[in-house]
Amino acid sequence: MLKDLLLIFIGAVLVNNFVLSRFLGVCPFLGVSKKVHVAFSMGIATTFVMTLSAAATWLIQTFILDPFGLGRFLQYVSFVLVIASLVQMIELFIKKTSKDLYHSLGIFLPLITTNCAILGLALLSVNKTYNLAQSLVFGLGAGIGFTLAIVIMAGIREEIDSADIPEGLKGAGITLLTAGILSIAFLGFSGLISM
Amino acid sequence: MKAYKEFIKGLWDENPVFRMLMGMCPTLAVTNAAVNGLAMGIATAFVLFSSNIIVSLVKRLIPNEIRIPAYIIIIATFVTIADLFLAAYFPDIHKVLGLFIPLIVVNCIILGRVESFASKNNVLYSAIDAIGMGVGFTWALTLLGIIREIFGMGSIFGVTVMSSSFTKWVIFILPPGAFLTLGVMLWIINSLSKTKTSESHCH
Repeated sequence: MLKDLLLIFIGAVLVNNFVLSRFLGVCPFLGVSKKVHVAFSMGIATTFVMTLSAAATWLIQTFILDPFGLGRFLQYVSFVLVIASLVQMIELFIKKTSKDLYHSLGIFLPLITTNCAILGLALLSVNKTYNLAQSLVFGLGAGIGFTLAIVIMAGIREEIDSADIPEGLKGAGITLLTAGILSIAFLGFSGLISM
Repeated sequence: MKAYKEFIKGLWDENPVFRMLMGMCPTLAVTNAAVNGLAMGIATAFVLFSSNIIVSLVKRLIPNEIRIPAYIIIIATFVTIADLFLAAYFPDIHKVLGLFIPLIVVNCIILGRVESFASKNNVLYSAIDAIGMGVGFTWALTLLGIIREIFGMGSIFGVTVMSSSFTKWVIFILPPGAFLTLGVMLWIINSLSKTKTSESHCH
């Protein structure tokens, strides 16, 4: 059981990294990776939402959609709404309880609603028929994998800023090429465990 | 004249992929073969077209505060339709595109166009805008798919075009190939054109 959870965790963090091998959450990965501390906050906020939404969507799927046989028709609509309202609720909660936390994490929350990694995670957990514990670990691992990728990316981009690169390659071009090389590095993890 | 302008802008000046960097996840994920890119483009264009029309029809009925959830429900409905349609008539493509069909819901091209265009314009212009953007997205994905398929598999749309002595560059159909191909294409496009690709607008 524990070994199973550990494999799911390592699989989500390294082997099938959400950003670099599954292409989920590429938009924030490219958009919010200019500074390391900002990228780190974004990663933590995403991890937090991922873990919670993994639990919320599992409950919806198991206790509402499955018993009534609605999964095929209402899954996308209900998941996306649950995630959007969950994010909104977390934002309100953080805003009321801690000003500091709101300034470091809260401002990223609205961006997370349309982050496809969150919905992708929920749908993947259903496809893989994970139980609640497995879904939670999968969500946590995916979030940490996302944080890892975006922080490494931001670290590299801070250095790229001072590098002399061709005019046409500046901005999006060099970012994508860097991501490509990072992705090759993460390819090295494939085969670490078989999923 | 305005109609023509709304149509043409999506093809190049405001091309969602090459100029606006929107919808990066499906762009990178499903373009490992030309046919997948084409299918994804058409599915997205269908959802965009239908959502743009419906939103521009009901825009006065939706209170401002809850417009985003309302738009998301409209979009998710058409995504479900596209998903079931593909599963019924094109099961092979449905299997390859897999997770990325439901993820059209959170594709920021669609919410972006609905929010910034359809909610402010009439039905005709919204439909034309959606067609332009949809075609722009589709050709971009298809072109990426063609390039990656030529190098990675030596074929275009499944038809072999390279000689048998050609060594397949497998990296092109693996995840890194997606980033590298798009990066090099943006490099070429930005070197040739005066305006630069804008940094990601949506996240």
